[in-house]
Amino acid sequence: MRRALLAALLSVFAAFAAAQVLEFRDPAEEARFRALAAELRCVMCQNQSLADSNAPIAHDLRLEVLRLMRDGKSDAQIKQYLVARYTDFVLYRPQVTPMTWLLWFGPALGILIGAGVIVGIVRRKARQAPAAPPPTDSQEW
Amino acid sequence: MIRRLLPLFAFAALAVLLFAGVRMNSGRDNSAIPSPLLGKPTPAFSLPVLGDPARRIGNADLLGRPYLLNVWGSWCPTCRYEHPHITELARSGKVRVLGYNYKDTPEDAQAWLTQFGNPYELIVADEDGRAALDWGIYGAPESFLVDARGIVRWKLVGAIDETVVREQIEPLLAELDAAP
Repeated sequence: MRRALLAALLSVFAAFAAAQVLEFRDPAEEARFRALAAELRCVMCQNQSLADSNAPIAHDLRLEVLRLMRDGKSDAQIKQYLVARYTDFVLYRPQVTPMTWLLWFGPALGILIGAGVIVGIVRRKARQAPAAPPPTDSQEW
Repeated sequence: MIRRLLPLFAFAALAVLLFAGVRMNSGRDNSAIPSPLLGKPTPAFSLPVLGDPARRIGNADLLGRPYLLNVWGSWCPTCRYEHPHITELARSGKVRVLGYNYKDTPEDAQAWLTQFGNPYELIVADEDGRAALDWGIYGAPESFLVDARGIVRWKLVGAIDETVVREQIEPLLAELDAAP
């Protein structure tokens, strides 16, 4: 049992060690790659970006991104390539589609509704203001 | 009176909403990425057969009958847990079971099969994991059910066991039989 556990741990370390460093042609390529990889989500460990993850699949995907960059693909095309295979999960910034409208515009909608409610309350209070002093019921605090 | 209780109602409504959300998601594996391939043809691939690298298998070679494509590797502990269930499914003859040896060396893969047995009708080998990207594979075990026309009908990230066979694979196979 302990040997099996040790073997399992070793294989995990071996997988990490196998993650080679990418060779960039020039600083511009490296900068573009880093910016792109930071926006892509690792499919295996979903709270890390492709740039941060040590998972073997993340390494494979980094190689693939670099290969696509050298093929002359644009950032948008590379993202589309990954979305076609791994769905919107891979994007840290989700695309604006009917599915994600609530996600993108929900907060603004919430602010608008909240502002509407506040305006309504203020207006009503303003209309009631000249009336008699408030009843004791609302003065307990 | 009612007006003063309004915040309490709002809070209660929010609590119910959050509770329902938690209940609906509990017990589900939210980390599994659903396959964008469902209902679509298998990606174009051409991979060597494990143990016979001169022979290559592509999409067209697998048409005609449904098959279950099981992604595995000798490095994958969960594949060992899954192995008896895959063997059982293959033996039952309900569906052809093909293997997809993922990011493995031929030696390790063969050693694993010698040790645990080979339930697969055929195994394709993807040593560098390049073709796996087109399948949307990101680990092992994963399994795809592909119909006779080469359309991906189902995908599972994780291990197949009796429950999965009974509740997911068998009903789908029955459906495929009814409408080939």
